[in-house]
Parts: sequence; structure tokens; C-alpha cells
Amino acid sequence: MTILSSELTAFLYLVAAVCFILALKGLGSPKTARRGNLVGAFGALLAMIVVFLSTELDNIALILAVIAVGTVIAVPASRMVKMTQMPQLVALFNGVGGGAAALVALLELEHSDTIGAFLAVAFTVLIGSIAFSGSVVTFLKLQELMPTRPIVFAGQAIVIVLLLVVGLSAAALIVLDEATLAGLGLAGIKGTAAVVALAVGLVLGVLLVLPVGGADVPIVISLLNAGTGLAVAASGLVLSNTLLLVAGTLVGASGSILTREMAKAMGRSVTGILFGAFKGGSTAGSTVASDRPVRSSTAEDVAILLGYAQRVIVVPGYGLAVAQAQHTMAELATTLEAKGIEVVFGIHPVAGRMPGHMNVLLAEANVPYEVLQEMDEVNPQFKTADVALVVGANDVVNPAAKSSPGSPIYGMPILDVASARQVVFLKRSMRPGFAGIENDLLFEPQTTLLFGDAKESLTKVLSAVKAL
Amino acid sequence: MDPITLLTFFVLSVFVGFEVVSKVSSTLHTPLMSGANAIHGIILVGAVIVAGQAESPLVLVVALLAVLMATVNLVGGFVVTDRMLQMFGGRKPAPQRADAEDAR
Repeated sequence: MTILSSELTAFLYLVAAVCFILALKGLGSPKTARRGNLVGAFGALLAMIVVFLSTELDNIALILAVIAVGTVIAVPASRMVKMTQMPQLVALFNGVGGGAAALVALLELEHSDTIGAFLAVAFTVLIGSIAFSGSVVTFLKLQELMPTRPIVFAGQAIVIVLLLVVGLSAAALIVLDEATLAGLGLAGIKGTAAVVALAVGLVLGVLLVLPVGGADVPIVISLLNAGTGLAVAASGLVLSNTLLLVAGTLVGASGSILTREMAKAMGRSVTGILFGAFKGGSTAGSTVASDRPVRSSTAEDVAILLGYAQRVIVVPGYGLAVAQAQHTMAELATTLEAKGIEVVFGIHPVAGRMPGHMNVLLAEANVPYEVLQEMDEVNPQFKTADVALVVGANDVVNPAAKSSPGSPIYGMPILDVASARQVVFLKRSMRPGFAGIENDLLFEPQTTLLFGDAKESLTKVLSAVKAL
Repeated sequence: MDPITLLTFFVLSVFVGFEVVSKVSSTLHTPLMSGANAIHGIILVGAVIVAGQAESPLVLVVALLAVLMATVNLVGGFVVTDRMLQMFGGRKPAPQRADAEDAR
């Protein structure tokens, strides 16, 4: 149907684009975040209505049916996913978006006629397919369906370079005009070249993400997210659709900034994350347990330490999240507070699997926003804390980040738990964290360890505290 | 549309994109990434246009696959972001917290 005039269509697309800008802006502050997201969703809905009312479309019933199917898949998946598994779901959503962009560009090839449009097709097909397969690999890593450690095989770098050459050659064939191609005896090769570019992109995405270690995966998701944004922007160029161009560029630009910020919060560089494993396993590390002596203890002893403290700072990490122990943790905090003990949570920027992930998990367990303190706020308070309770965290409290320049995590800002009077680690085992490096703090005299699954340990500590 | 107009759109959007997310607290990085992720699901507009103008069954099938993928990205993206943010804003002043205050 073409009910809307082209002026009105352009105007409504502008409204939708403004909605997206306001959405990103709103998402930047806790008070306005939820509203911002709804504004974005409204913009998307508006744009969808506009496209149906402004374009001459066949197969409308089929298209609507497929959209309905997609909605039926997506809504329950997002509603039911466990909060701990949310990062991989976001990765998957990002991947299918990139895949859709690649397919759209592939199909628009035959309608394209300018150099600019051909360039945009080549770019979208390559980047979109890299984002698709790369995201699938990040999903598999986070879901632990494949090893989270960096995977490098001999000659991987060479294979990647060769694939890049093939991909760029295919892109060149897409861009060159028909007359030149016919002169070279390659008339009508564009379609094949685009399919080759798609295939190369799919393989490249896998090979580029395989060498990335578990802890760095979220940054790669963010990077792929920015990539999908740019692919969508380029597909806007192909279709001469300003909304796609503006929305995709917004995501590409904001996603790049976000990726840089996330990398900075972890003390890593983006190139180091992507190519570090090629330089000789700087992110590989070991997963071997050390046999140096440590002081391990029982839940009752930990309960006594906590129960007679004045100030307790809890440092939650991913171990808390995987054990689904956030509710038990919240209950322990409430119980301690009922005894007049001050409890705050020190949240490292990358606690959990993604920046801000831990806040979401604890908020889900009804821990009040005010007791969740960011690293800069909480670090000066460790000096006056009686107990620092580290639950399932390791790398983010490892003093090696400050003291040993050779360490892979050197330079990453850490929570200064070592200056608390007592440090209690709830850990599954002596295995090192994601970064694969030993934590010297575990062997210090003020440190007590309680081994076991975070939820079981916390449950025991909780009942022991109640019994005090 | 002429290339210069499109370039203008592109350059201005880059600056707006940089501007809106700079200086965001790390607490909100995850929802922000997820929200941005939902926004690029708007590729659905492109997928619908391509599917609606498909001339052969093969093109239609591939285009419908793109429609499906884009829908999952767009709808799922906004829903999951909303779910994350439910935890932040508009939270009731946690009832058990009030009990704890009474017990003091």
C-alpha cells in the first residue's frame, strides 16, 4: 500500500530516528533507562507501520505471518531466560540482526547500480556475516557449549589473512562495473562474488572469535554489536533508506565507544583482546590448581567472623551468578543488617559476565540500589572494613593487577580487598579465575577460604549466622 | 537520494552516536549495549521491503528468513532490555528491607 506520501514517510522516519536517539540517551541514566527503551520500541513500531503504509509490497500476508512467528520466538525467549544467561541471549539477537543485514544486502545486489551501492552491498555482506557467525561463537562460549579458553590452531593467522584476501577480492568484484568485468571475461560474476563474500564472512567470524578468552567475550559481543550497526547503516545506503542509515550509524558509533569503555574498565585494549592469543598465549594462562598452603575454614567460622563484625563489604563475582546464589546472598545481607552490621556491596565494573551484569542480578534479588557501590566509592572503605567477603570473584580482587607488571591483568583496576582486616573467599576450588592467573591474596595470613558452590556455602553461612 | 545527502546523514549520526553514550556509568553498559542491539533490529524495515518486492521464490524465501531473523533481533532486543531495566527503575522500596529496619 502507498497511503503515505513520500514527504510524510520521510517525516515519520525522522520521528523514528529521533526516538532512537532519545532511547540511547535515556539508557545512559538509571532513572530514565526504562523509559528510554520504551521510546526506542515505539520508534521501531512506528517505522514498521510506516514501511507497510508507504511501500508497494507483495506477499504482505506471508511477511506478517513470519513477523508473527519471529515475535512468538523472541518474546518468550527474552521473558524466560535466566538473568545469568542474558549476555548470551543478547549475543544471539545481535547475530541474527547481522545475518538479516547480510541477506538483505545480498538480495539487493541485483537492484543496485551505483559504485556507492555496490560498496555498501560488499561491506554489509562481509560485516553482517562476520557478526552473525562471531556472535554464534560467543553464544556457544558463554553457554559453555564449547571451551571458554582461547582456541588457536597452527596457521590460524595465515588462514585469516588468506580469507581476508579472498573476501576483499570478492568485494572488489562486487564493486567493479559490469563493463570492466565483461572486459575481463567475468561478466555476471557479481552474484557469485556476493555469495563467496557471505561464506568468507561466516568463516572469518568464527576464526576471529575463537582465540578470544572467556573473560573478554563480552567486549567482543559489544564490538560485533557495533559491527552489525554499521552493516545496517550500509544496507540503508543500498536501499536509500535514511532511517536504516541513521539508526545503524547511531548503533555503530555508540557501540564503538561502549566497546572502548568496556575494554578500559577491564584494563584491556581491543586489539589485545582480538589478537592477543596469537602473540603467544598472553590470555591463555593456566587452569591448574596450585598446591601452596592456604587457610580453609568452615561455614561456622565464617559466620562468627561476619556476625561479630561492624562493617562487611561483599564483593560478588561471576561464581555467585552461576550458582544462582544472589537471593541467598541478599538474605544473608539482610540478616546481618538486622544484627546491626553495616553491609555494602562493592561492585567491580566487570563483575559478572558484562559491565553492569552484577547490578542487574542483585537488583533482581531485591538488594537495594543504595548498598551497591561502584569501585571508586567502595575502595577507600576497605581500610575500615572488618571483613571483605569475596563470593565467587577472583581476578577483580587480584593484587597482581597492581603489583606485577608481567601479569596479563596488570593495569586492570581492582577492588582493594587486601586492605580489609579479614578477607573471606567463598570459592569452588583453587582453580584460577578466567584470566588464568594465581591470586596471591589467597595465601595471605588475613585470608580465610571456604570451598564449595557459592549457593551451598552461603546457605550454610546464613543458617550459622542465624544461629549465633 | 544523492550521495552527499547520505554522507551528511552518516557523519551527523556518528557524532550523535558518540555524544549520547559518552560518560555512561559502567552499571548501565549492559542495558545500553542491549538497547543498541535492539535498535539495529530495525533492519526489519529493509527485510520487509526486500521480501515485498521479491520476484522469484528463492529470493522470497531468503528474504523471509531475513524478516524472521530481524524480527527476533528487534522484538527480543527490546523485551530483554526492558526486563533488565525493570530491576533498576520503578523498584518498590524493597519490603524485606523495611522489616530489617524495624528489627534494629
